[in-house]
Amino acid sequence: MKTRSLVTIADTSKEKIMYLLEMAHEFEKNTNRKILDGKVVATLFFEPSTRTRLSFETAANRLGARVIGFADPKITSGTKGETLKDTIMMVSNYADIICMRHYLEGAARYASEIAPIPIVNAGDGANQHPSQTLLDLYTIYQTQGTLENLNIYMVGDLKYGRTVHSLLMAMRHFNPFFHFIAPDELKMPEEYKEYCEQQGIKYKEHKEFNAEIIKDADILYMTRVQKERFTDLMEYERVKDVYILKKEMLKDTKDNMKILHPLPRVNEIAYDVDEDPKAYYFQQAKNGLYARQAIICDCLGLTIDDVKNDPTILK
Amino acid sequence: MKKELQVAALENGTVIDHIPSNKLFDVVNLLHLQKMTTPVTIGYNLESQKMGCKGIIKVADKFFNPEEMSRLSVIAKNMQLIIIKNYEVVEKINVDIPDQLKGIVRCSNPKCICNNEPMSTHFHVTDKVRGIIKCHYCEKEQVLEKVQLI
Repeated sequence: MKTRSLVTIADTSKEKIMYLLEMAHEFEKNTNRKILDGKVVATLFFEPSTRTRLSFETAANRLGARVIGFADPKITSGTKGETLKDTIMMVSNYADIICMRHYLEGAARYASEIAPIPIVNAGDGANQHPSQTLLDLYTIYQTQGTLENLNIYMVGDLKYGRTVHSLLMAMRHFNPFFHFIAPDELKMPEEYKEYCEQQGIKYKEHKEFNAEIIKDADILYMTRVQKERFTDLMEYERVKDVYILKKEMLKDTKDNMKILHPLPRVNEIAYDVDEDPKAYYFQQAKNGLYARQAIICDCLGLTIDDVKNDPTILK
Repeated sequence: MKKELQVAALENGTVIDHIPSNKLFDVVNLLHLQKMTTPVTIGYNLESQKMGCKGIIKVADKFFNPEEMSRLSVIAKNMQLIIIKNYEVVEKINVDIPDQLKGIVRCSNPKCICNNEPMSTHFHVTDKVRGIIKCHYCEKEQVLEKVQLI
């Protein structure tokens, strides 16, 4: 059955990305509405993710929808052996749209093929997390005024970090220059470097992370270096403090430069960076609300005109 | 010196030629030839100028459909199907990998939904020359030679 699901942003066209960003901007201007009055949004979190779930639920609540769902898979029938298909079919009877997080890769794709209502992928294992990518794109656009011709520096875990992979693929339309800064263990996988070459995306790899290297950055996209990713713990001890952003590293950076991070952070951004106007990760998280409002409305068939000429805006 | 035919000729049916010897029994299993009731001749470790060593299978009164042929393409490249009618070769078909494989091979990613739900697998063939396939669900690329058949 053909519905307007959002499973991945990797194959989304440039026009569609810009359209969703424009819609998100409308929600930033007027966040509280009743445009989804009478709708029921289900948030099914087969894997806990407080941050993403709260963001989706807030997005739905601020548009007047009602929210059902579960935050903890332990309380669902999945533990009794129910298949994903049965859960999705059951919830499809109750809700108008499903936002789902699942620990298995491809779960949202499969759900979108069997469900009679739209599915929004809120993360499927290590695979895709399109609402995160859209909020990253929105934040870049918001802070730089464009997505075109930017120097984007990605730092930390570039091997397992799905947010950097999705962002890389979504940026292919906009002629970016990527700089990948990571230890050997966590460097950008070959398949993504091949992808860059196929798409004509310029990139450079670095092992060092210092003020000199990042001075041309427009966007500094930090990620968490996770201890559990390392097979050699001595190697972890050696690199864990190398990829930390410190306040003094910012002094020669460009004025328009902004620091992003998908959060949660551990120690990779020193806390005194938070006061710097270039630190933008909390605003970035806030943008998740607008991006998710746009995603939910688009999947429910509402257009940019519906959103612009919305008579239900609460002042 | 006259070359002798190592396997008897077929009146009607299909000859599967240029099977790599080490893949011969995979072909047998894949096409469920052990369940056939018509005569099946299986040649194993036969001399081949092109391949050094090959397998050949002759199946009487059987003509394979496109789905069965696409299953075959997964096992090895460059196999050939020769359609025989009344002792004459009427068609030679080179087995070609289709653009998509549904329900034929297993995804090698244990965390893929298709290995955890009662559902059919689905792959897109992204590189026919190198035999690279991509899972429709988890999006992991895999090498055809290393994937398991269902």
